[in-house]
Formats: sequence, C-alpha cells, structure tokens
Amino acid sequence: MGADQGEKSHYFHFSSKMEVINLPAVSRVAVCGGTHGNELSGVYLVREQQKKKEGAETFSLTTVMSNPRAVQQCRRYTETDLNRCFTTATLGTPISDRTPYEIVRSQELNTLLGPKGTDEAMDLICDLHNTTANMGLCLISYSACDWICLHIFKHLQKEMPTVPVRYIHFDVPQSEAYSLESVGKHGFSMEIGPQPHGVIRADIFNAMKEGIRLTLDWIHHFNSGVQFDGGEVEVYAMVKNIDYPRDMETHSITAAIHPQLQDHDFCLLHPGDPLFLTFSGKTETYKGVEPLYPFFVNECAYYEKGIALSLARRKRVAIPSIQVKTDCGKENGGEELKLEEKERTYDCSEDV
Amino acid sequence: MDPVSLPALSCVALCGGTHGNELSGVCLVREQQRKKEEETEHVTLVTVMSNPRAVQECRRYIEKDLNRCFTAAILSTPVSDRTPYEIVRAQELNALLGPKGSDGAMDLVCDLHNTTANMGLCLISNSDCDWICMHIYKHLQTNISSIPVRLLNLYTSPDESSNLASVGKHGLSIEIGPQPHGLVRADVLSTMKKGVQLMLEWIRLFNSGTVFEGGEVEVHTVVKCIDFPRDPETHDITAVIHPQLQDQDFCLLRQGDPLFLSFSGETEVYRGGAPLSSLCE
Repeated sequence: MGADQGEKSHYFHFSSKMEVINLPAVSRVAVCGGTHGNELSGVYLVREQQKKKEGAETFSLTTVMSNPRAVQQCRRYTETDLNRCFTTATLGTPISDRTPYEIVRSQELNTLLGPKGTDEAMDLICDLHNTTANMGLCLISYSACDWICLHIFKHLQKEMPTVPVRYIHFDVPQSEAYSLESVGKHGFSMEIGPQPHGVIRADIFNAMKEGIRLTLDWIHHFNSGVQFDGGEVEVYAMVKNIDYPRDMETHSITAAIHPQLQDHDFCLLHPGDPLFLTFSGKTETYKGVEPLYPFFVNECAYYEKGIALSLARRKRVAIPSIQVKTDCGKENGGEELKLEEKERTYDCSEDV
Repeated sequence: MDPVSLPALSCVALCGGTHGNELSGVCLVREQQRKKEEETEHVTLVTVMSNPRAVQECRRYIEKDLNRCFTAAILSTPVSDRTPYEIVRAQELNALLGPKGSDGAMDLVCDLHNTTANMGLCLISNSDCDWICMHIYKHLQTNISSIPVRLLNLYTSPDESSNLASVGKHGLSIEIGPQPHGLVRADVLSTMKKGVQLMLEWIRLFNSGTVFEGGEVEVHTVVKCIDFPRDPETHDITAVIHPQLQDQDFCLLRQGDPLFLSFSGETEVYRGGAPLSSLCE
C-alpha cells in the first residue's frame, strides 16, 4: 500500500522528470525576528538588517521585530505566546482593553504582513527562532508540497555542509495554523539550536545569517528566471508530543530527559529505548510501537506546554523542477495557478 | 605540621532556587524535601527553596537579584510596602539561616546554581583561607572525574559579600554549567547530586573526628569583569563572544587573543596586561 501511495503521489507531483512547474515570483519577502523575545539570533539579525537598509533587486525585503515588548524584557512573551496567535479564530477575535498584548500584536502583524489567506499577503515569511534542543538548522513548515519552501531547503542543505539542515512538516490546515509564518502565501520558521534562551552565540548567529543569505540568494535567482531542478528530499513529518512524567498533585516534573536521549535529536528512537531518568534514578523507556525520530528534545520553553520531546516520521518527498512564471495572458495565468493549487492540496493529503 | 582544629559543622543549609530558573538546585531541594531526611548522623541538614516566587515563574528573580541582597547594608534596610520582594526575602533568609556574622548562623550554607557558561563544577567561596571550604573542594576534586572541579575565590569581606552563602559561618556556592536556564539536564543534575553527596560525606567524616591531610590546591581568584561592547545610545550589545573564546572557560587568555566578534564581522582582542583565565556567562 505504501508503494502504491508513493507511486501515486509521484504521478500527481509531476508526470515526467522533465516537467517544470511555473510559479509566481516571490516579490515580497518578510524576515521576522524576536517573535519570542529571548531567542536572540533573530533579534540581532533583524536589528542589523534594519541598520543596513539594503534593498534587493528582484524582490522587496521587509524586516520585522515581531514582539518588541518581549524583546525589551528578554522574555519569550509578556502575556501569551505570540507564535500561537495566528489561527484564523484568534486573528478575528474582537479587541478590548483586556485583550492580551500578543493577541493585539498578532492582529497588527496580520495587517502588516497579511491578511492571512488573501492576495495581499507577503509572498514569503521567514520567521527566525532558536531552540535549546540540539536540532541544528531546521526549516519548519505547514506544508510538505510547497515547492518554494522545499527548494529553499534543498538549496540550504547543499550550500551549508557544516550544519545539519532538516525540514519538519506540521500537518495542520491553514485556518488552524497558529504561527506567524502561516500569514504569508509561503512561509517557514528557521529554527537553530542549541542555544540557551537569552544568550547569543557567535556560531549560531553566523549559521542563521548564512541561512538567511542563502534563502534571499535563492529567491533572487528564482525571480530572475533560473530553473531549479527537482529531485528527492527527506522530510520529517510531526507525529506526536510526549510530556515529562509529573507529580500528580503539584504538576512538577519528576524526571529529566535520559542522558542517552539528551542532545540526540533526529536519532531514531526505538520502542524500549531510554526516554527519561527520574529524579530517584529510575529509567523510563519509550513505550510507542513505531520507531520515530525525536526533535525539540528538552526545549526549555516547552516545559509549560507539556512537551518533553516531539516525534516524527521520516519520508522522502519528490519535488519537481520549478521556474518563475513569466507574464502571459492574465486569464490563463489565473486558471493555471488554481490548477496547481488544487494539485498541491491533493498531494499533501496523499503524503500523510 | 599539626592539624588545625576547627569546630564541627553541626547545622548545614542546602539552598536551591536562589535564581528561580536555575533548575538543578530547584529539583535537588524538592527531592530532598520529599525524602524528608533531616537528621542524619553527626549533622542537621536544612533545605531551603530560596526564592519561591521566582521558582514558580521560572525566572531568575521577580524584582531584584536575590543573590545580591545579602550585604550587611541591605540586610539591615528598613522594610516598607515598596521594598522589593527579594530584599524582604533576603531578610527572612537571614533570620532563618543567620543572622549573618553571629553565633546563631548556620555552620555552612551551600547554595546551588547553574550557569550557561562551560564552567564544569565550580565551588565559589568568599574567602581564600576558609580551610573547611578548601578541604571540601579537595574532596570533590579527588572524587569527581566526569567534569572539571575548580574553586573560584570572590575575595570579598563578609560585610560586602552580597550572596546567600555569605550568611553562614562558612559558605559555598556550587555552580555547574553549561546548562540553559529554565531546563534540567540529567547529566548536570547527576553531577550536582554527586557534589552535594560528597560534601555531606566530607562533613560527616570531619564531624566524627577524621583528620584530613593538608596539601596544595589550585584556586582561581576573580580579578575583574569585562562587559560586551555596547551602542552608546541604545546600550544594546554590538558584538558577541568570539567563537575562539566561547566555551573556553579557564583557558588562559593572553593579550591580543580574540575576545569579541562584532555583528559586522570584526574581531576585538583582549587588551589587558597579564594573561588571565576567563569565564563567560
């Protein structure tokens, strides 16, 4: 059944290896930092970029400090996590005096970079994050068939040999997608770790700088007409989260990530492998049936969300060759776009 | 050489959560309080969650750094409605574990901390001739091989010492890193547990009459702190610790060695006189 599904999705992605998918130019790009105020690589990168005020030739670049109040206080957020405020429901919540700051701010950002789901939205949003987990560089996206994002991923993977580069897919429909990058027509978070929150490391900062440079470089070449060859990439598809063991009364954690799992993000976790080491010295093991890939292992900000680690399946995704769509008859252009959108939606549901 | 005779350490305080987001100490104190082992042979152990409000919010402090509130001056500040929470709390802790400088103070206050710096296990002492602390250091260094064990001497007078450990007749902070604030690493917690166990073991042995042989130990004394380069208007940092210095705590820093890497890519070097060992928080 797996083989059939694979072949079927292959067929719907492109009918022959030579087929090139034409996509609209990525003309308006936003790079956002400080969505979490204590994830400092993005904060300083956006600050530096805003000082330089460099224009780009084939696209316009907007840089945004997403949560200035949290940045000022060097905290993740002031009242509620901004990066959970971009669902359609939250974006449409009526504002009052008592509305948490981050919800007001998410609606401002939606006006600035969106509105989400409309033609006016930014073509691409790249949101910069750090994690305390040993994840290297991860592009995190709600789509496993957004060819723009996947080609950018392929490009970073090829051009950054010293940093592990991976792609994580959260399979959530657009209306329920809760993070900032879902406001754009295309979007991904660039997540780099390990780095303690509130601290800035030169190596991590430089990796993120390079990741952004390569992303903008790719966009420039794409917009200029370069054809990017398809191929196969490996994607991690989010499956589930596991919480820490907790004290039933106080809800405090009663164990830490096991030393054999700590820092081993993306190393396959088998049933029976150590998961936690309790404070009294007992090992608790992974009781799932399916071997899965752990990530966000011991992300400090997730303790309050009840997440000790997340687990993913790894799968190969075929991506087509792509090239920027040049101006043709408007009527045809519109129809073509719709057809591609339809194909993409169908492909995604097949993939999972 | 005749051994120096010193009074027994009958009452020992173990403190965690002085900084609410340094979680090894928070977990250790919680576990110790659950076990409720207070009376053990030869020593009474008191465990304290120093800054419960900061622990609850998983923040370093609420209004003011608690671990800078134990100078003689702050401990005697009159308290009003507007007194910051941590100053009120410092005076409570001084009443519980002190009063600082008096006969009623705890024999030893041991305060548990984490750092994001790659410092291994550091014992921090306010005195360079507290033989109890030096011997505990020697004992830990002999019996812990998994990470480097060092002693850092702050070299301040009792009145000027601002940290919680200075409340006791003898005081030691145990600082272990690297660990990001706000999370628990099993390896760091395990090292801290071992450190505390060895310290209590040494105290029991000492109190029951064991003679501990003297010798020589290596100590690091704090000379100065260096700030990041900053924008004169906004006060924002304009550089980060240089990659060649990052994680190289206790590696000798010589004049001309890289110190900072600016966001625009320039290297700034160490311009000090004598070569010194550095710690990067």
